[in-house]
Amino acid sequence: MSRDNKVVATLSDAIRRSGLKDGMCVSFHHHLREGDRVLNLVLDECARLGIKNLKVNASALMACHRPILKRIKDGTVSHIECNYMHKAVGGPISKGLLESEVIFRSHGGRPAALTRGESVIDVAFIAASTADRAGNCNGREGKAAFGSIGYAMPDAEMADHVVIMTDHLAKYPLSTASIDERWVDSVVVVDSIGDPEKIMSGTTRITRDPVGLLIADYAAKAILASGLLIDGFSFQTGAGGISLAVAHYLGALMREEKITGSFASGGITGTLVDLHEEGLFEKLLDVQCFDRDAVASIGKNAMHREISASTYASPASKSAVVDHLDVVILGATEIDTNFNVNVHTDSNGIIMGGSGGHSDTAAGSNLSIIVAPLMRARLPLIVDRVSTISTPGSDVDLLVTQFGMACHPDNDELRLRLLDANLPVFSMEALKDKAESLTGIPVRRLPEGRRVASVISRDGVLLDTIKSRV
Amino acid sequence: MKLLNHAKAGTLESGDVFVTVTPGEELLIHLDSPVKEQFGDAIMDLVRKVLEEQEVTSGTIELSDQGALDCTIRARLITALERASKGDVS
Amino acid sequence: MKRSLLFIPGNRPNMIQNGLVLPADALIFDLEDSVLEEEKDAARTLVASALSSLDFGLKELVVRINEMSSPHALKDIEAVVPAGCESILLPKTEHSDDILELDRWLDTVEQASGIPPGSTSLILLIETALGVEKAFELAKASRRVKALALGAEDLAADLGCERTGEGTEILYSRTRLVIAARAAGVEVFDTPFTDTYDEQGCFLDTVFAKKLGFDGKLSISPHHLAPIHKAFTPSQEALENALEVQQAMQEAQREGRGAVALRGRMIDMPVLKQAERVIQWAKAARMLKGEADDESR
Repeated sequence: MSRDNKVVATLSDAIRRSGLKDGMCVSFHHHLREGDRVLNLVLDECARLGIKNLKVNASALMACHRPILKRIKDGTVSHIECNYMHKAVGGPISKGLLESEVIFRSHGGRPAALTRGESVIDVAFIAASTADRAGNCNGREGKAAFGSIGYAMPDAEMADHVVIMTDHLAKYPLSTASIDERWVDSVVVVDSIGDPEKIMSGTTRITRDPVGLLIADYAAKAILASGLLIDGFSFQTGAGGISLAVAHYLGALMREEKITGSFASGGITGTLVDLHEEGLFEKLLDVQCFDRDAVASIGKNAMHREISASTYASPASKSAVVDHLDVVILGATEIDTNFNVNVHTDSNGIIMGGSGGHSDTAAGSNLSIIVAPLMRARLPLIVDRVSTISTPGSDVDLLVTQFGMACHPDNDELRLRLLDANLPVFSMEALKDKAESLTGIPVRRLPEGRRVASVISRDGVLLDTIKSRV
Repeated sequence: MKLLNHAKAGTLESGDVFVTVTPGEELLIHLDSPVKEQFGDAIMDLVRKVLEEQEVTSGTIELSDQGALDCTIRARLITALERASKGDVS
Repeated sequence: MKRSLLFIPGNRPNMIQNGLVLPADALIFDLEDSVLEEEKDAARTLVASALSSLDFGLKELVVRINEMSSPHALKDIEAVVPAGCESILLPKTEHSDDILELDRWLDTVEQASGIPPGSTSLILLIETALGVEKAFELAKASRRVKALALGAEDLAADLGCERTGEGTEILYSRTRLVIAARAAGVEVFDTPFTDTYDEQGCFLDTVFAKKLGFDGKLSISPHHLAPIHKAFTPSQEALENALEVQQAMQEAQREGRGAVALRGRMIDMPVLKQAERVIQWAKAARMLKGEADDESR
C-alpha cells in the first residue's frame, strides 16, 4: 500500500492495518438498508481474528443485522450505539441479551456526540457503491448504488481510521467524491456490499388505505391553516404510506395556491423528487435516498444536494438544515397526554425502533406534526405516559389522527387557526377517551427488569431509559 | 342454547376474530390475541358474559383474535354458537 | 340531503370501523351482494352489533337487506332495526306488494322494540327494467319511501347492454327515475361510479348526475367521496347568491308578493326552489357557520 494506492487485498488486511484491538469502537452506516452485507461481514471477520468486546456505533441496525446477536453471544461485540434498532435485534436486547446498555441517539445527536468527544470511533467501515484507489467514494454509481452517503460523512471526518468498502473500484480520480480521499486510510474491494433488491424498496408508495388518506388530508389542511404555506416554504416527511400521502395532498394545495417551496429535506423519495421537478420545491437536501427515483435524481440534478448528517441535524454544527425547516411530518408508536412521543418501543415496552431524525426535526422545525391512526389493531395510540420518551412533548405541536387532531396547549395561535379553518380539533384527553370508548381501557404492564438502553437526547442529555422485559 | 355440532365464524383479517365452537363436557375457552396483555382479561370477561346470555355452559370455544373490538367479538361468537346449535354436519 | 351514500360490506369488521371516520353523508351497511350466501347470518349479526355499540356521529345509517324473495329479508329487518338502522335500502325493487309487506314487517318490528312507528324509512333500489317502468308507482307505495336510487350495473344486464363510461345506455333510466321521484315527492340518488381509482371520472359522472337533477350519489368506494362532494358542494359564491335569493323571497312573501326583483333578475318560486337545493347541499357540506359540528372544541 502507498499514498497513491490504498487498496488492500482483503478485509482481514484492512482490519489488521487499522490496529483494531479489543474494546475499540467500529462504525457503520445504514444507507444499504435491508440489503446491507458490510456490517455482518466486518463483524464476522473480527470474530475470526479473535477480536473481543467491540463497541459497535451504527447509524441504524436493521433486520438484516440479526447476525450481530451471534457476535454478542460470542463476545466479539459488547456495546452498541445506534439511532434505530429493528425489532429483530431489539427483541433479544429487550430480553437482556446484552450486558451493557445500548446507547440510543438521533441522526443529529450522533455526529454531535462525535464532535463533542462523547463518542469516539476508532475504525469506521464505510460501504460505498463506488470508490477509487485513493478512497474517494460515493453511493451514486455501481451495482449497489444507494444515493446519498450522508450518515457516513461525520464518521469519515471524525474516526481515527477509515476503511472504505466497495464492490466497484473505479478509475482515479472519481468525479463525485461524497467522501473525499483526504479522510481515507484504506480501500477494500469485496464481492458485494449489498443486495441491490433489498437496498431500495423499489418505489415507495403512497398509502391507498382510505383511513390513511383521511389522516394525510387532515394534515395537509392543517399545514394550510397554519399560515406557514407561503413562498419559501420548507418541508420534510417520512417514507411511510401516510407520510407520503401528506406530501401528495400538500403538492395539490401548493399547485392551487401557486406556492413555491424553498426546499424539501430528509430521506428523499420519488414523491418529493416529483414535486421538485414540477417546480413546487426549488431544492432537495438529501441525507438518505429511500427509493430508486431518489437515487436517479441525486445523480443527475444539481438542485438535489447530498448533505452530511452533521449539516442535516447536528446541534453541534453552527447551524443545521432542521433549524430552517417549516414543517415536518413524523410518526409515533405512542404519544401521551403531555405530547411526549415514543418511537423506540412498542406497547409492551420491547425495542423495535429509534429516533432516527425524529427528535432532531421536531426540535428544529416550526411545526412538527405527528400523523398516526388513533389505534392499531385495538391498541390505542394515546397513553397516559409513553413507555419511552423519544421526543419530548415540548417539541411536538400537533397530532393528527382519523378521528381528529390535538394541538399542543402551548400553541394557542395554531389552535385558533385550525378551528377557524373548521378542522376537527380536540384536546388530547378527548381523543384518548374516544379511542378508549372503542377499544376499552388497556391493561399496561411496563418492563420492570434491569436497564437495557439509554435514550440520549440530541444535546447529549439522558432523556429516558428502557428496561428489560422479565 | 345447546351445542350440537362443531362450527366456526369470522376470519383472520385485521379487526376480526376467528371463532370455533365444539360441543364438549367442560367449558374451555382458549384465546389467542396480539393484544392479550392489554385486553385479554376484558375479552375473556366478554366471552363468558355472552356464553351466559346464550345459556351455554359447556363446550370448547377457541378465539383467534386480530385486534377485534368488543362488538365484533360478540357478533362472531354469537354467530358461531348459533351455527353450532343447528345440528348441521358440514 | 345526502350528497353521498357509501356502501360498506357488512361482513368486514375493519370496513365497518372505517365507517366511523369516512366523511360520507350516509353509510349503507350491505347484507346483500357483498356477502356470501353462507355468511348472511354472520353479516347480519355483525352489522346489528356494530349499529348498537358504535357511535357513527351524524351520518345516516342505512342497511341494504336481502331481496324480499330471499329467506333472509325478515331476519335482516328483525336484527338491524332494533339495533339502530334508520333506513332500509331495498334491492331489486319491482313490486308494490313487496313494499307493502316490508311496511307491515317494519310496523311489527318497530312496535316490538319500542321504536316510534313509521320511523324506519325506505330507499328503493331500482335495478331492473320493470323497476324503472314502475318507478312512480313504487315510490308512492308507502309513506316510508323517502328516496329512489339507481343501480345501473344490474340494470344494464337486464337491458341487455354493456355499461359504458359515458353512460348513454342508462341516460333514459336516470332521467326517468328523477321524474318519478319528483312526481312522487321523494329524493333520488344516482348509481355508483365503478372505477375505484378514477377520481376525475367519478367527479365528471357526478357533475352530470347533478345536472340531471339527482340529489346525491351512491358510492362503492371511499375514494369516490371527495369527488362526489366536490361535485355537489356549492361554491361560496353560489351559496351567498342562494341565501340572498332566500332572503329576498322571504321579504317579498311578508309583503304579500310572489315574486321580487333582485339585481335586475326576477326571482320567483322556481328560482327559490333551486336556491333552497343549493342551501341544502351547503348544509350537508357543513358550509354554514353555526351548523358546524359541535363535537369540536
